[in-house]
Parts: sequence; C-alpha cells; structure tokens
Amino acid sequence: MTIEGAAAERRSTAPVIAPVRPRKLAKVPFVELSEGRLQGVVSSGSDVERVYVSSVTAGDHGLSCNTNNNRPCGGLSGGSRPCGHLRALADAAVAQYGLDRVARYLKAALPDGAGDLWSGLHTTTAPNRAAEVFSGFLRHLAYLEVPPTTDPLPDLQWFPAAGVVRG
Amino acid sequence: MIADALRAHPSGLDEAFALIDGLDDTLVHGLARIDEERAAALESLAAAFTGSPLAARVTDAIGKIVAGTVTDEHLAVLAGARSALLGAVHDALLGGLDEAHGRTRAPWSVPAAPAASGPLLAGGRSWLRELAIAGWRGVDHEVAGGGAQTVQALLADPAGRRLAVLLDGFAAELRASAPVAGLDRIPVRRWADLWSRALLLAQEGFPVPAAAPADGRFLLLGVDLHEHPTVFRAQAHGLLETPGGEVRLVRASVAAAKVDTISGPSAWRMLAAFPVFRAALAGRRAIEITGMPLITTGDLLWDETCAVTGEAVDPFAVARVRLGTAIAAPAAPLDRHPAVIAEPVLLEGYTAGPESFDLGGVTVAVDLDRLPEAGPITPALVAASTACLGLLRWESGRWAVQPLAVQAVVRKKPVVAHTGDWALGPTEAKAAKAEAAAGTAVEVLSERAGRLLRK
Repeated sequence: MTIEGAAAERRSTAPVIAPVRPRKLAKVPFVELSEGRLQGVVSSGSDVERVYVSSVTAGDHGLSCNTNNNRPCGGLSGGSRPCGHLRALADAAVAQYGLDRVARYLKAALPDGAGDLWSGLHTTTAPNRAAEVFSGFLRHLAYLEVPPTTDPLPDLQWFPAAGVVRG
Repeated sequence: MIADALRAHPSGLDEAFALIDGLDDTLVHGLARIDEERAAALESLAAAFTGSPLAARVTDAIGKIVAGTVTDEHLAVLAGARSALLGAVHDALLGGLDEAHGRTRAPWSVPAAPAASGPLLAGGRSWLRELAIAGWRGVDHEVAGGGAQTVQALLADPAGRRLAVLLDGFAAELRASAPVAGLDRIPVRRWADLWSRALLLAQEGFPVPAAAPADGRFLLLGVDLHEHPTVFRAQAHGLLETPGGEVRLVRASVAAAKVDTISGPSAWRMLAAFPVFRAALAGRRAIEITGMPLITTGDLLWDETCAVTGEAVDPFAVARVRLGTAIAAPAAPLDRHPAVIAEPVLLEGYTAGPESFDLGGVTVAVDLDRLPEAGPITPALVAASTACLGLLRWESGRWAVQPLAVQAVVRKKPVVAHTGDWALGPTEAKAAKAEAAAGTAVEVLSERAGRLLRK
C-alpha cells in the first residue's frame, strides 16, 4: 500500500501497489504477502520435480515448511528454527518487496539499523498450509497459459504501467 | 487554441464531484453502516437526478439502501447513477477540448449487441455486493480474497476477459491493503471507480459495441502501456488513412496475462504472439491493414493476419501533417469517465520545466507517473525536450500530458525517444543487460509450469 497524501484519496489513478523489484526466480519462483502470511515456493536443490512450500504467519511468526507432496521438511522438522527453505523464502521476499514492507506485513519489530528480517521475528510453529499455498502457486503459473487478448479493455486506463522506482 | 481548454473549468464540475465524493464516502464505511450524514449525502445524489429518466429508480434504490435493503438491483442503480454523473463530467471536459482543438468527433450511433450472460457474472456481483456492504474499512484478508474463484472462471472465458482483468487488478489492491481498517489513507475515488465499473460490467446484457471490417494505412502516433500484477497491455494510438481518403483517430491494443515478477522491459516478452505489432512499434513503421475489425469506439480489434508492416514513418511528421484534422471516435456510453480521456496531442515550441511545459500563457503538467520502465523516456529527457507527442489526460482537477514520444537535445545532440522503441527489447545497453537478467523470469516460470501444472 503506497497511497500518500489527502489528494490521492480523490485520484482515480492513485497508485496502490508498489511495483515489485526484479529478482532471480530460479531458487524461489514464487513469493507473496497474502492472507496474513509471507508464503511461497522454494525449488528443491536435489530434485527438479519437487518444491518446498514455506510460510511465516504475520503477528505470531509461525513457521511451516513441507514438500508439495505434503511431507514435512526435514530441516524445519516441526520446530521453530527456520530451515534453509524459509531463509531463502525470506531473502526472496526482501529482494522483491524490500525489508520494510516485509517487516511491516509480518509485524516484525526490527532493532534499529537491523538488516536481517530474522532478528525481528520471534518464531513459533504453525499449522501446515502447504496445500493452499501450493494451489496458489499453480494458479500463479496458470496465468502464463492464459491466451493473450486484443480486446480494448477500457478499464486498463486505471492501471498505468509501472514506472522506474525512483528516489 | 488548446490553451483555452486547459484553463477552462466546466460549470457544474465541482457540484458533480461533491455528489460523487458523498457516494464514495459511504463505500468507505460500508452500506451496512449508513449514518445520518452519509444518508443525507446519498439523498442529495438522488435529488440531483430529479427530472432525469433515472430519477424514480435512483430515488427508490437509495431509499431502500438507506433503509438497510441492499440488493443487486439497488447496487446496479447506485453504480449507474455514479457512472451517469462521471459520464457528464467526461462529456463536458472532452467537449471543451474538442472545441479548442477544432476536433470533429463522430457521434455514437451504431447499436450495440448485448454481451453473453451467465452464472459467472452472478458470482462477480455477489462479491461486489459483499464489498459494498462491508465497506473498504471492513475489507480483511477473507473479504479481499472472496472474488478469486470468480476471477479464475472468468479468465477461462474469452467473453469474460474484460471483467476478469478488472476484478483481478482490483482484488490485488484489496489483498495488498488488507486489513484495510489499519490504513491511514484509502484510495477512495479509485476503489469506487473500479467497484462501480465492475458492477456495471457484471450486469446481464452489458452492451458490446459492434465491429465492422476496416482497410487502410495505420500510422502510429505512440504507444501507451498498462499493467497490473497479472496483465501487461500495449495500446497504440494512431491514424487510419482509409482508401476513401478519410483520416480517423484509432487505437489498437494487445494484452497478455502475466505475474507480478514479470515487469519492466521484460514484460514485452509476454506479447510474443504479436510480432507484426511489436516490430511496427520498435521500427516506427506504418501498417497496412485489410479487413481488420474496427469498433465504433475507434478500437481496432488487432489481428496479425490482417496486418503487414510497411515503410518507416516518423510519428512526429504524421502528427504535424495529419493529427489536426483527423476524426475522433466517441467513447462507449457506459465507459464515459474523465479517467478514460486520453487524447493524442502534439506539443511544440514550449519551455520544458521539470514537471510541466510552459506553452506561453498557460502551463500544462507532465504526468511523470506515466513514464513506464518498459520504455526509454525518462523525466530528464522530458525536461530537456523541445517537442512532445503525448496523451492529454484529466486527473485531480487539471489537465496533464502523458509523453509517448519526445524530441530533446542532450549534450547538444538531438535525441528522439518513443515508448514503443523497446517493443523488441531495450535498445540501450544498460537496460538491455538488465532485461536479459530479468527476462529469465519468464523462462524459469514456464519451466516450473511445465513440470508442475497438469499433474
């Protein structure tokens, strides 16, 4: 949410979503701040058919990490110390959204000048959300298979293409 | 002169926006919680329709909503009333501009066919009703995500694409903002715009304008880029020289679904299905078109099989010679809104400042928020420019120009930049390198889709 100033409340094209920053997707193809969680998908280092589905809840910082076949991640093993997948997920989120936005979403109180998200998280364990996060990832991928359209889509006048992130 | 239109302030404009703001404010807190002040605002809105064909329905719907009965039909009337007011604002602004330009605009005449209807629209209406009742302040993660299934289903149906793209962009903003109750500022007018447009589109029998095949030479003026997390669209503005000697202002648009991590110059890769379109933009070439459907709104329904790229033509030259007398097309009645005004204009002989052009006696703002990362135009180039091809837009009570192309002098050398220059990839070394790195996103995600989808 980027809206600033009273005038923006009465602007039809007030920008609402800050553009995401480019990042490498090979390790972590999918990250989102959604449904009260930082969640996403981390590619397995050893098996191209397998991915890990990892999430951190906002507020109580509950961790979850499972494979797409719903096996628990050995690194996390139901504990509250982040595994490599969760660390990769957090790094990707910070690269994509910036540390401030991720910390704000997770309600993490970062010590002054802290550059590491984990220093502001008091982690616990959380229920397995792999199935819903993974289906979210499949929906995400499915966009790449939606055919293009030449409809004039007049409503897109409300959505100017993202500018260069300046300043 | 254009200066007259830039200075003009149509009568009734402030009164119209006061009524619109009153309605928009009730959507902040939700139709389930209408206090006396907001009830009075809605009743003023109803009173403004006295004597119009909508009067009885607006009075009835607002009376019922204030009394606590919020049905789909009442909401459609509410969105319709808002749309009628904004349509009047649109007409006053565009009429003034046309008069100042000496622009001829074709009247709206061709009857439109009703669109397909179906259960998907009902799903959309149901989510929009839930939003209106909860109000923006009542939007939590669950309400924000409530339209997701409808959007997925609409995306799978070509006839539902327009509503799907709008709802998906709107829902993404609500999800990114949820829980909205905790926010200092809410985009009150924007969300009311998106909500009411979606609600009208979700009505059974929303009219679809008719198309007729067109022939001629399409001369490019410039390209405007649109984007939200799951769509990227290039909309070319140009002139169509018909075999009969007429010159008409037209647009052609190609759009692709995408995801948020594909943005900036690499988003052009998503438009791979349109090589003729992209090559014409990148090479600033004319396009010979044969039998391509053209709808009454001046929109060509782009079809690569009806298009052949021709010789290179300088858009500035086209604008100097032909733009002034070209015949413009009208907006579809239900699309009329100040935010859809995007009138091609050529500005020359101005003094460029960092955020505005002094045209001699009148200053026009430059919309620097509409300089996309996917094109080469920068604020510095605009500030150094001597000529600008752009779109005149009206926002926040004033006119502003969105540059689509500039001629500038940089280090004593002439430079020309068009938004479409990078349609086949950035032509500038640093941007090309960044695009090559970011562009692998498309490949990585396609590989993942190939392995994980359809299992």
